[in-house]
Amino acid sequence: MSTKIAMENHATTAAASARTKLRTDSVSMTFERDGKSMSVLENIDLEVSEGEFLCLLGPSGCGKSTLLSAIAGFLAPTSGEITIDGEAVRGPDPRRIFVFQERGVFPWLTVEGNIGFGLGKLPRSERARRVSHYIKMVGLEGFEKSYPHELSGGMKQRVEVARALAVNPDVMFLDEPFGALDSITRLIMRGELLRIWQAERKTILFVTHDIDEAVQLADRVVVMSARPGRIQEIVPIDIDHPRDISSQRYLELRDGILNQIGLAHKL
Amino acid sequence: MTERKDSKYLTLPAWLRPVLFLLVLLVVWQIAVLRHPHQLLPGPVKTAAGIGDLLQHGLLFKYVVASLFRVTWGFFLAVAVAVPLGLAIGWYRRAEMALNPILQILRPISPLAWIPIAILWFGVGDLAAVFLIFVGCYLPLLLTVIDAVQGVPAVYINAGRNFGLGPIQLMRRILYPAIVPRLMTGLRITLGVAWLVVVAAEMIAVNSGLGFLIVDARNAGNRYDLVVAGMVLIGVVGLLLDTGVRTLEKSSALRWAYVEER
Repeated sequence: MSTKIAMENHATTAAASARTKLRTDSVSMTFERDGKSMSVLENIDLEVSEGEFLCLLGPSGCGKSTLLSAIAGFLAPTSGEITIDGEAVRGPDPRRIFVFQERGVFPWLTVEGNIGFGLGKLPRSERARRVSHYIKMVGLEGFEKSYPHELSGGMKQRVEVARALAVNPDVMFLDEPFGALDSITRLIMRGELLRIWQAERKTILFVTHDIDEAVQLADRVVVMSARPGRIQEIVPIDIDHPRDISSQRYLELRDGILNQIGLAHKL
Repeated sequence: MTERKDSKYLTLPAWLRPVLFLLVLLVVWQIAVLRHPHQLLPGPVKTAAGIGDLLQHGLLFKYVVASLFRVTWGFFLAVAVAVPLGLAIGWYRRAEMALNPILQILRPISPLAWIPIAILWFGVGDLAAVFLIFVGCYLPLLLTVIDAVQGVPAVYINAGRNFGLGPIQLMRRILYPAIVPRLMTGLRITLGVAWLVVVAAEMIAVNSGLGFLIVDARNAGNRYDLVVAGMVLIGVVGLLLDTGVRTLEKSSALRWAYVEER
């Protein structure tokens, strides 16, 4: 039922009217394992608008991370095509930064060194200015000279987000970025990410298996089914930020997605 | 009363314990030598006198410096060749597959087996010794670097590629810093090998240095006090070298490697 409501509201979401940033045309992915081929993704058709916050949601093993890696250019699809700004994706590109769970922070560099990593081509003063700007944005003042092993998981995650933002990419890919954090830190980080997204208006593709996380963050939630990964449903989230997570609409949308995945309301 | 004595014993500073144990061993050694007066083997007192003798004739520093000079050259040449080469071979998998059989055949050959070839190519002199140390060092270093590069987590490499790094930049800014902790361990072990090889090389291929001292002292009139003095010096200098690299390993810039993932 809520899917129907969602469909009716589709036209009203801001994202639907903006310019197309990224699209996948019947992207499929097959892996060879022990001589057997395994279909991981099947005919993924997706269109993402500029400045949109899109969540890929699904159970583990549904290929959502594989899809994200393919869009980011780390993996080549077996068939189909991925285009960004009308250009076919041929490999990773500094205009589109992938944020790994905090594991991607370089342990041999300080916070400053990490955030400035992609700014090698800029003059020294401009680099310093940007680094300090993003250190402030993610709230890490005072930790400029710290090494990642001296930081908590949440702080490392902030470093990685800041490192991505510092090169001013148009698109950010986040693969379960808050998965390893405790639930309180995770909530705080979601708020921070939304604040940054609203300030910088990047196109964001965010992979998660957490339904609440998807409904709290996304303009649209792409619900995927497992083995082979297919798009099951695309649910627009038509609630303004800041979202009231006890509102009727929020609960409706969340329950709709729960139904979609085939889970009952009660455990 | 005895209890107080016990607690006093336990409060000995940690560094004092090995020193005390060493003193006990020296005393036992001296007693053993005194009980067998016709042995050629010197006791600690005669050995110390031997070291004093070397010092007096200006040979101690001359020989230590000669040995260190050869080790420095052989070792740093090996580092300069093995580290860039290892980064490249480790990165390009096909190169590794092509080279691996050769490396595995060269590996079990003791550097000492190269002595005749070293003398054939370089004659008796410093160059032969430097060459032998180089041969002893570059292969273990190369294998360490190759293995370390292949162990670098894919996530760092992907992050580097994402920021637009080409192969050279990737090696300089990602692969190299990522392997430094393992490289330091490799350097420490290899420096130990270099110090072992230099002594052997000096026994055959040159006429100065601590290895030469040992052979020369025996040949020129059975001066076993100088033989043991040379051995002691080799041990002490080796310990100092190892301590030096260990200190580097523990420096703050490398501390990340020893911290458990949170």
